[in-house]
Amino acid sequence: MKDVLLAIRGLTKTYPGVVANSDVSFDVKAGSVHALLGENGAGKSTLVKTIYGLVRPDAGSMTLAGQPYAPAEPRAARAAGVAMVFQHFSLFDALSVAENIALGMEGPPPMRDLAARITQVSRDYGLPLDPHRTVGDLSAGERQRVEIIRCLLQSPRLLIMDEPTSVLTPQEVEILFRTLRRLREEGLAILYISHKLEEIRALCEEATILRLGKVVATCDPRATSARQMAEMMVGGTLRIPTRAPSPGGETALEVQGLSASSPRLHGTSLKGVTFSVSKGEVLGIGGVAGNGQDELLLALSGEMRVAPGMVRLKGEPIGRCRPSDRRARGLLCAPEERNGHASAPDMSLIENAFLTGKVREGLARNGFVSWAGARDFAERIIKDFDVRTPGPQVAARALSGGNLQKFVIGREILQRPEVLVVNQPTWGVDAAAAAAIRQALLDLAANGAAVVVVSQDLDELMEISDRFAALNEGRLSAARPARGLTVEEIGLMLGGAHGMEVAHVH
Amino acid sequence: MVAGGLLFAALGKDPFVAIRTIFWDPLFGDFASYTRPQLLIKAGPLILIATGLSFGFRAGIWNIGAEGQYVLGAITGAAVGLAVYPSESRLIFPLMVVAGALGGFAWAMIPALLKVRFGTNEILVSLMLVYVATNLLAWAALGPLQNPEGRGFPGSRNLSQWSASANPELIAGTGMHWGVVTAFAAVIAAYVLLARHSFGFNVRLAGQAPRAAAFAGVNPSRLVVACMGLSGALAGVAGLFEVTGPAGQISIDFNVGYGFTAIIVAFLGRLHPIGILLAGLLMALTYIGGEIAQTQLGLPAAAIQMFQGMLLFFLLAMDLLVQFRLRWKARAIEVPRTVIPQASPAGEAR
Repeated sequence: MKDVLLAIRGLTKTYPGVVANSDVSFDVKAGSVHALLGENGAGKSTLVKTIYGLVRPDAGSMTLAGQPYAPAEPRAARAAGVAMVFQHFSLFDALSVAENIALGMEGPPPMRDLAARITQVSRDYGLPLDPHRTVGDLSAGERQRVEIIRCLLQSPRLLIMDEPTSVLTPQEVEILFRTLRRLREEGLAILYISHKLEEIRALCEEATILRLGKVVATCDPRATSARQMAEMMVGGTLRIPTRAPSPGGETALEVQGLSASSPRLHGTSLKGVTFSVSKGEVLGIGGVAGNGQDELLLALSGEMRVAPGMVRLKGEPIGRCRPSDRRARGLLCAPEERNGHASAPDMSLIENAFLTGKVREGLARNGFVSWAGARDFAERIIKDFDVRTPGPQVAARALSGGNLQKFVIGREILQRPEVLVVNQPTWGVDAAAAAAIRQALLDLAANGAAVVVVSQDLDELMEISDRFAALNEGRLSAARPARGLTVEEIGLMLGGAHGMEVAHVH
Repeated sequence: MVAGGLLFAALGKDPFVAIRTIFWDPLFGDFASYTRPQLLIKAGPLILIATGLSFGFRAGIWNIGAEGQYVLGAITGAAVGLAVYPSESRLIFPLMVVAGALGGFAWAMIPALLKVRFGTNEILVSLMLVYVATNLLAWAALGPLQNPEGRGFPGSRNLSQWSASANPELIAGTGMHWGVVTAFAAVIAAYVLLARHSFGFNVRLAGQAPRAAAFAGVNPSRLVVACMGLSGALAGVAGLFEVTGPAGQISIDFNVGYGFTAIIVAFLGRLHPIGILLAGLLMALTYIGGEIAQTQLGLPAAAIQMFQGMLLFFLLAMDLLVQFRLRWKARAIEVPRTVIPQASPAGEAR
């Protein structure tokens, strides 16, 4: 029996309006890889931030190797032997590997010694890395090695890895796993956060599954199928869809074999995405973030142009049309990022109303802006969608997330779209506002518009979708009627490659 | 101002006299009747060029080569005029203005199209084209545009003395010429464009939130071309007014750095048309005052330039400090959270 290294008892952390962690207890044993599983928003991040001293819990306690452990800041956590590799690297591109590592250390040794130690560690653990290379030239996997080696140089007892494989190529994943297995043999405890189930089955001996801030299950991933784990993540509380499928009007939006590489570094390319939505229908697209949702939205909004026939609106190819042209034709979008993408944070709500309302609301004549018209439009959005703000002249950044989201969604809905595409419409929005947004989307569909909702929130999708499909690594599953879908089937669709094509190599 | 005073004191001059000479004498001193018109003559091109530049700067498009566009505007405008010399048609001057605008526009299109097509850096290309333009200027002054009656001296015919092409002082004793009128008109037009036109809105949007601009449907390539073209055309017009008025002729040393100073003016004016108007006047004042201080107090030219530099430095530093808060940390070891100034929510970026 292995010794318990980190014991967590009754950790609770509440943020205004959200319970991030509620009475979380589990043990991480020395010499093992422990998986922390859960959907986005399940409370994994808060939990590991608590362990790393970035977040202070409201209640509960931790012990590290038998000693009480309550780090006030990351430095204290590191001193106690807890190291963490973040999902997003904090490295300086212009500096060399060794310089970057020195910057992250308490009292770094002289540069020459450090370089030698880096070479030593990288050889010992099979992580090829030249200390003198400039970080800017490294691949994502190599950058991650810099972070890992930075941790290992401080001889930690517990290594926390937050979604380490999301940016890696399959070969790099192999290298990483070999290293992690080796560290485990040396007695290190590893807390491994991921939602890639097959990876966890291949690597971990224990798994703790979080849902809505609570521990809902623990299991041995080696003895549990990916499907079972997906079900545990999604939970038994998932409501079975109740919406009657719509009578099936004419096809409004048709996407055929949409393939496009992501405009962003580390983005997910779309691979042959195909679906169609009819008038009066709500299509829900689920999936874990980073599986091509943003790219799909860019391709639909017109910010990313694709081959003409890949996107058809009412039968007409619009793949090469620009955003304002698509708006004029009746295809409106609301991106996920409210601040800076769907709206300009420093501009007033009047200006933000003009941002997309220009064409369909006739807010410009001969290029001259009708600010009076834009103000009317902004006031209408504020009134109809209950946006809490002192007035339309307020800057968008002054609004709370939920209010700005209501404004953004309301702005598009009030333009009477024929097709509306929304990405994460209720992300970070309080329950009342989320319900209002969902109802508005349903009303829009009831009035004959086609609605595509991209979301990670399965409960939400089950509540409002007529049909449901899932994005996984840039591929979209076939859409199925939401009514009658079982939790097991949803888990399978979400798992995509994991469930149905286990042979698919990562 | 205090630092400037210290500088002058360090040079052994009375700081109060020096500062009065720079800021007061040009307007109200003994030779004010001569220096006052100079104020508008110098401020005119600065304001005109800076107004054009401000659009690109707001949108994050950095045209650093206004100096070259200014020179090219002067050359093409003068060339068109000289081609029909000595005709006396009234159409010649307007035609030259259009040619000047086109010259500056075309010169700005080189970096703009290279950026759109090949993704080159407009800062470098436009800056390098300044040096090409100054060599073109020398070639024009010594070659095709040289005054055939000039006894071999470099330089063209005097355009300000040929009535068809002259850009005279419109109201005697004010320095007001067509270029100054155009500059004021440009300020008003820019104000309207920024406040009421969707082009101005797109420019502001692209500068403040590039992703929101893409989402709104702003075409980034078209924006680059429009902003570069606008600033180039205005710089070209400024050059044409200068060559037909205060300068009088195409000469080797025709350009005096208005195109570069205008960048400073644009930022001093915080890229706002009215601000640019005031900043242009202030900059012109320090130029003239600096000249007076040179001749009357014997201050070295370098000291004046340093004073102007300090003026700009402190104004911009103030701007930065209003927007950002410096945080000092005891130990600069923790990487992600040191040295980087934290944006304070109180400072609105405007």
